[in-house]
Amino acid sequence: MARMKFLCDEERCIECNACVTACKNEHEVPWGVNRRRVVTMDDGLPGEKSISVACMHCTDAPCQAVCPVDCFYTTDDGVVLHDKDLCIGCGYCLYACPFGAPQYPQEGAFGARGKMDKCTFCAGGPEEDHSHEELEKYGRNRLAEGKLPLCAEMCSTKSLLAGDGDMVSDIFRNRVIRREGVANTWGWNTAYKD
Amino acid sequence: MSTTSTLSRRKKMMAWTGLVMLMAIFLLPMTGYISTGFVTAAEEQVREQQTNPRSDYWRLVRNNTEGYSAVTGLEANELIQGSGQVWRQLRNGPIATYGSWLIGFTLAVLAVFYMWHGNIKMTHPRTGQTIERWTLNERRMHWLTAGLFVILGITGLSLFYGRLVLIPIFGHNGFSAYAEIAKWTHNILGPAFMVALLSMIVTWFKSNLLNKVDMEWFKAFGGMIGDKHPSAEKLNGGEKMWYWALATMGVALCLTGLVLDFPNFDQEREIIQVSHLIHVVTALILIAFAFGHIYIGTIGTEGALEGMVTGHVDTAWAEQHHDLWAKSVIKKESDSH
Ligand code: SF4
Ligand code: SF4
Repeated sequence: MARMKFLCDEERCIECNACVTACKNEHEVPWGVNRRRVVTMDDGLPGEKSISVACMHCTDAPCQAVCPVDCFYTTDDGVVLHDKDLCIGCGYCLYACPFGAPQYPQEGAFGARGKMDKCTFCAGGPEEDHSHEELEKYGRNRLAEGKLPLCAEMCSTKSLLAGDGDMVSDIFRNRVIRREGVANTWGWNTAYKD
Repeated sequence: MSTTSTLSRRKKMMAWTGLVMLMAIFLLPMTGYISTGFVTAAEEQVREQQTNPRSDYWRLVRNNTEGYSAVTGLEANELIQGSGQVWRQLRNGPIATYGSWLIGFTLAVLAVFYMWHGNIKMTHPRTGQTIERWTLNERRMHWLTAGLFVILGITGLSLFYGRLVLIPIFGHNGFSAYAEIAKWTHNILGPAFMVALLSMIVTWFKSNLLNKVDMEWFKAFGGMIGDKHPSAEKLNGGEKMWYWALATMGVALCLTGLVLDFPNFDQEREIIQVSHLIHVVTALILIAFAFGHIYIGTIGTEGALEGMVTGHVDTAWAEQHHDLWAKSVIKKESDSH
């Protein structure tokens, strides 16, 4: 069974934000919500590096552990999804998430949170595959179409990798050997235990 | 003769060789300094600051450091925040566990106490004369705060323990529908509770200052153990403790509640996490306190509830439970006649 993982190769990311745009467009994510973002450290300084980050679909996911209505579930592919019909917009998953993945459309006064939205690894949600409800609430279900997440497919430098963890590691290891560098599986220690 | 001199010479030689070897052991490894030279303290410091730039970079990534992101949004320019895991572990672990113990233990103690003592009766027959204990305004304030406290307590506990206790009963859909209402109710009534609580704290501040009478009252365990009932003013030591618990933990509860209730002020996750922990801990302690307060005010003591419901208490009750206060009120009344 595949275990889906994301990996961003920080030696390759050129901060073009194509992944961010592709995601936003593909899933028609609500205003003010971005499921993916690119963060640049030491911006404008020597050694500047960028990393694209979204939900990492953690093993033993912190979001899942604190959700008061228990609306998260992990698919057989290791993708962490949630049920928006159950979500009450409490914000706890955002407090717990190491990667700042959960996002909220604002609903009502004083910044009250609506139902949480986050990266689905292009795997939709609990609704029936390819149904209108699924598209409306969670965006497109590319995994069910046999495709991988669009952000990684759109990545101009193939910095962002998405797919089965073993294959992602193999591709990355080959790269590292060729460029005689040190492997940095960014965020993997935080996100994955398998 | 010659043999002794050769012997002593040999001994001397051995001593010298030993010394040279010892020196060599210490000095040879130090030849490294021939190439590096002895560093001064200042140079040493510079060297310490030059860490591996690569590990520096990953340290930035891990430590919640702000970078730049074209995506605007609160803390969108940070990569990994570690405090979330700490928050998760404290909330789901010790706080949830000890919180349930605290509440369970309080209820158990009250139940045992009731079985042992039952309803504490009035020692003297009612005189039929009453004196005013709480004005209409004070009673309104009390019941408003109490009502809000109960609603906030139930909705809050539902959000904290509901996943464990209520989902098995109502199912995911049923509980989620209730939790949505609970969340809104909690968020809207919270600030109202704060206003009610603060007005109570201000109004009853003077009569809650602790003094010697209260020390005696505590020493006698408020008359709960033993036969003698210790002296008390309008408010006894126990009531004052409840007051000060609310004036300290209650205020902390309200302030942290505000941090959680209004995300529009862009407070960051770390302050929210800390506020949430303080909010839950103070809430659990005050709920345990409230059980005690409700017990004593209702089934625990005959005649106690009357005061807060009608505003008046029988003079016999007043003299039994609040003797000093009863005396001063009766004296004042007879003086004014
Ligand atoms: S990255 Fe955040 S939202 Fe995604 S699975 Fe991990 S904790 Fe949950
Ligand atoms: S915001 Fe929704 S998904 Fe997140 S913890 Fe609260 S109820 Fe669960």
